[in-house]
Amino acid sequence: MGMHENIATLSQQHKPVDSKTPHVVTMIEAINMALHRAMDEDSNVVVLGEDVATNGGVFRATVGLKDRFGHRRVMDTPLAETLIAGISVGMAAQKLRPVAEIQFMGFIYATMEHIVSHAARLRNRTRGRLTCPMVLRAPYGGGIHAPEHHSESTEALFAHIPGIRVVIPSSPTRAYGLLLSAIEDPDPVIFLEPKRIYRMVKQEIYDDGVGLPLDTCYTLRQGEHITLISWGSMVHETLQAADKLQQQGISAEVIDVATISPLDIDTLVASVQKTGHCVIIQEAARHCGVAAEISATLQEQAFRSLQAPIARVTGFDTPMPYLQRENIYMNSASDIVDAAVKTLEAS
Amino acid sequence: MQYTKTPYQQKQFIDVNGAVAGSLPVTINDDLLLRSYRTMVMIRTFDQRVVALQRTGQMGTYASCLGQEAIGTGIGLALGKEDVFLPYYRDQATQYLRDIPLHQQMQYWGGNEWANHFTGTSIQDFPNCVPIATQVTHAAGVASAMKIRGEKRCSLVTCGEGATSRGDFYEAMNLAGVWQLPMIMVVNNNQWAISVPRNIQTGAETIAQKAVAAGIEGFQVDGNDVCAVYDAVHYAVKKAHSGKGATLIEAVSYRLGDHTTADDATRYRSHEEVNDAWKREPIKRIQTYLHERGLWDEEQEQTLQEQCKQEVEKAVQTYLSQPPQPVEDLFDYLFEETPTHLVRQKQQAVEKLAKLGGE
Ligand SMILES: Cc1ncc(C[n+]2csc(CCOP(=O)(O)OP(=O)(O)O)c2C)c(N)n1
Repeated sequence: MGMHENIATLSQQHKPVDSKTPHVVTMIEAINMALHRAMDEDSNVVVLGEDVATNGGVFRATVGLKDRFGHRRVMDTPLAETLIAGISVGMAAQKLRPVAEIQFMGFIYATMEHIVSHAARLRNRTRGRLTCPMVLRAPYGGGIHAPEHHSESTEALFAHIPGIRVVIPSSPTRAYGLLLSAIEDPDPVIFLEPKRIYRMVKQEIYDDGVGLPLDTCYTLRQGEHITLISWGSMVHETLQAADKLQQQGISAEVIDVATISPLDIDTLVASVQKTGHCVIIQEAARHCGVAAEISATLQEQAFRSLQAPIARVTGFDTPMPYLQRENIYMNSASDIVDAAVKTLEAS
Repeated sequence: MQYTKTPYQQKQFIDVNGAVAGSLPVTINDDLLLRSYRTMVMIRTFDQRVVALQRTGQMGTYASCLGQEAIGTGIGLALGKEDVFLPYYRDQATQYLRDIPLHQQMQYWGGNEWANHFTGTSIQDFPNCVPIATQVTHAAGVASAMKIRGEKRCSLVTCGEGATSRGDFYEAMNLAGVWQLPMIMVVNNNQWAISVPRNIQTGAETIAQKAVAAGIEGFQVDGNDVCAVYDAVHYAVKKAHSGKGATLIEAVSYRLGDHTTADDATRYRSHEEVNDAWKREPIKRIQTYLHERGLWDEEQEQTLQEQCKQEVEKAVQTYLSQPPQPVEDLFDYLFEETPTHLVRQKQQAVEKLAKLGGE
């Protein structure tokens, strides 16, 4: 009996999921739904991490999985992030599809060696003989008044590494679709979940198991005068800013980057060629952030269309302050509006 | 040589009923007993008040030390003023005994970075460590510095039993063994790492036996017996000071509260288990013992309760009346000299604050 069958017998009866009725869910529920769906459809999918099994995850992302799929496919690991990443590499090389949770992005740094030196390179080092179809999920970002080390946005660290995908959903719909695709993806994916919006909005989702494409931007709103580019939780403020700008007669195009690495630069270039103006909004610190990469590439590829310098709305180059000063670090819709208006005035 | 199971007899002096089998160790006198008791009552009063503040939206997420007061107290009383303490986040009692006032501890959980600006005994101590187990390697570094300079000091680091699963813990302990570092590791084994129970954290029968592989001494104490904790730490400190190397102390206790105020422990453990653990909590037994020894009476008890309430209330008022840290402080402490780009960002932050209404 092969590995595949072996694992298959571990899960309970395959339960057909009702894909005809819409579910009105938050982002965290959408993630939970996607995990159920992925485990249902592929017996090689396993979930591991700290507090993910019995407790269902500190944010409840994995709730119900252990009861449904059993403790051999849903594993509470010892408290050890290096280990979680390392065993995921090993499992993935054996053609399992590990979906590992790092409890907070602030604790992801211990995984770096395995991500940078192994997960990102296994396919390349073995000329395709061994691959690493693992997903490392982590809640990230500020705005929930968490203790220190629980609020940073350091996605750029991962975006800098060749050989991995970095995917960030910004709504329940995209969380569901992108996570399914990340799990199906034959290569390693860092899946960062903006926890500030885990429960912010609800959307109607069909649990149809259909993934959304990776490596592509999502244009959420068409516009003519300016392109607003963002990802993660700041997409929320960016959409609010677009509303406010509309009231001033400014038509803004809003793009959710979604996969920050590799970057779908073509969509961004096309938009900027249309609008001639661009503001990039990231929650993270400014220096060497993803906004800098996008800005540099747009400058290379859409220089002649730009009517004003590209502006960035970012965090400061400081650690996320303790909660009493979080408000100073985070940007609001009006900060984005200000930047957009200034950009338009500069042309 | 074959590894054989070491009989890790848990050290205990005062049992759950407040009885002492034999006599207390010579290291413990009446004054120490009374200080231990007073400290534990103070910290429990503090702890419950901070949880209440969190529930009413006046405090950030808080990690309670309910039921583990004896560990922090024993450490705080036994560790020397010249030694360096590297805490995790359930060391309220040790920090209190090392001159970190209660209002300052509230400030930490309340989200103000000035909370880690220690003075007095704790001037060289590290701030609370949140990334689990990383502090153990720092303790090895601190101890290395002491050893290099030939000082008669030591570092003492705490962590939970969950933390002992991390490489940092093993790596630091290994170094402590091979370099004979003046270092003490106290593991607060409160049986739970959030929802993960001790028995699925490690296959080792005890945490203490992890010391065997590192070539250092390790033993278990009853972490709810303040005398046992004190005596063990006192012993380990003396040993470290006299150049005889590192010690791992597993203090066996129980986390009577939720992991933090953001947790709901009823999801993963039973009321029966918690109720049973309450029978072994650390304060009642020493109170009983003190009564029986004639060192304590009802009147003293009432005075103490009143004192603790007043001191904690005073701390609450101080904490609540403190303004948030100045915005400039976000930038001024990253480097000794603030680089130009941060000077500019600081100006932007000040303007942003004004835009937000100046609060
Ligand atoms: C490196 C790291 N991983 C995960 C976390 C999240 N986390 C905070 S406390 C905790 C459990 C700690 O358990 P234990 O070491 O037994 O100490 P206890 O809290 O029980 O005292 C976890 C997983 C963290 N703070 N740091």
